[in-house]
Amino acid sequence: MPVTVKTFATSGEAAAALSSDRGARYLGGGTLVMRALNEGDIAISTIVRASDHALMRIDAAGSRVTIGAGVTFAKIIAERDLAFLHAPARSIGGPAVRNMGTVGGNLFASSPYGDFTVALLALDATVAVQSGLGAREVGIEEFLQSRERQAGLVLSISCQKPASADAFRYRKITRIKPKGGSVITLAAHLPTSSGRIVGARIALGSMAPTQLRAKSAERALEGRPLDATTISAAAAAATEGTSPTDNALASAWYRREIVGVHLRRLLSGQE
Amino acid sequence: MSKSALQFLHNGREVAIFVDGGTSLLVTLRELIGDMTPKFGCDQGGCGACSVLIDGELHLACLTLAETVSGRAVETLDGLKDGPNLHPLQRAFADNFAAQCGYCTPGMLMAAKALLDRNPSPTRADVVEAISGNICRCTGYEPIISAVLVAAAGGRTRA
Repeated sequence: MPVTVKTFATSGEAAAALSSDRGARYLGGGTLVMRALNEGDIAISTIVRASDHALMRIDAAGSRVTIGAGVTFAKIIAERDLAFLHAPARSIGGPAVRNMGTVGGNLFASSPYGDFTVALLALDATVAVQSGLGAREVGIEEFLQSRERQAGLVLSISCQKPASADAFRYRKITRIKPKGGSVITLAAHLPTSSGRIVGARIALGSMAPTQLRAKSAERALEGRPLDATTISAAAAAATEGTSPTDNALASAWYRREIVGVHLRRLLSGQE
Repeated sequence: MSKSALQFLHNGREVAIFVDGGTSLLVTLRELIGDMTPKFGCDQGGCGACSVLIDGELHLACLTLAETVSGRAVETLDGLKDGPNLHPLQRAFADNFAAQCGYCTPGMLMAAKALLDRNPSPTRADVVEAISGNICRCTGYEPIISAVLVAAAGGRTRA
């Protein structure tokens, strides 16, 4: 069924168009919206686009980075100052998908997709959203809980760079290499102070319909040195609060069985 | 739901057509322009059979909204050959038995071209990564990887 395509010069106009039309969807790289259209999703009646260059901007020079919602994964891999995000970006799709898929769109990708968002969740990112009421910053956790009801347009995401390369870890478990859908995806941000972990954040993908934090595992790490006892306690708590489902890549049972194993490997720095 | 005018370069030739809103580049190329070289596989971005180059970058035509290529250069397999002469990549695919049923081949060739345009001396790992979004159900990939490496080596010899 043909749909109406509306292209705006500014993100503000695009956000207003999205807010006023229930059947409108924003088209970023196309890897979600075009899929839905090709499948015959009749809920989409209007496609909204914005040619606003601000959506393509990367500001990564300082300790806090801001990435426009329209930035593709290929652009992230090409940006030296975003080295900590190269592994999550590289884990997505093949080269064509990375040339198309965007950071903003990934926030709306449900399980088993949305791997980049797992990394952003561990990094405690904030999401800038433009709605009819103006622009506001939302914590990524709050954003993910209400993403289906979001009216407006994601402008950018921002997060603090990890203190060291070792403080941020990411792993996507797939059945096929190098490209494959996620069996589970894990990311951990482990800032330390005087040899103890302070403000641990662990995020999981494909362990629930939406990316989520493993808060019990985080509590097991908090204030402790990253030793074998702490890692075992965190691994044992990894499944708490999760609700994985069966799909073609793995069963819910299998996901529950392996998440602790892979969290242990991630925290121990094992390959 | 009116049609919108669309102009872009298709293998170096300017085309001007009208498309329905929401039409993919794949449908535009195959049904409106008659270029059957990008294949219709999954229509979901999972198989890579419709891979084309947009301004030199590898994209999936099935997930590209036609309107987004306005004013841009789209390259398909149809533009690869030079008259009756096969492109070195096509020659290498033929010589190394890199095609069996042939359905994935146009996408594989475009993914390989995107790689060699950027990196004329790829390693085997580079080739594996470059075609990682393209599914082949016949060859087991090994002959395809060899063909791309042979084409790259030939390109270096010619240069």
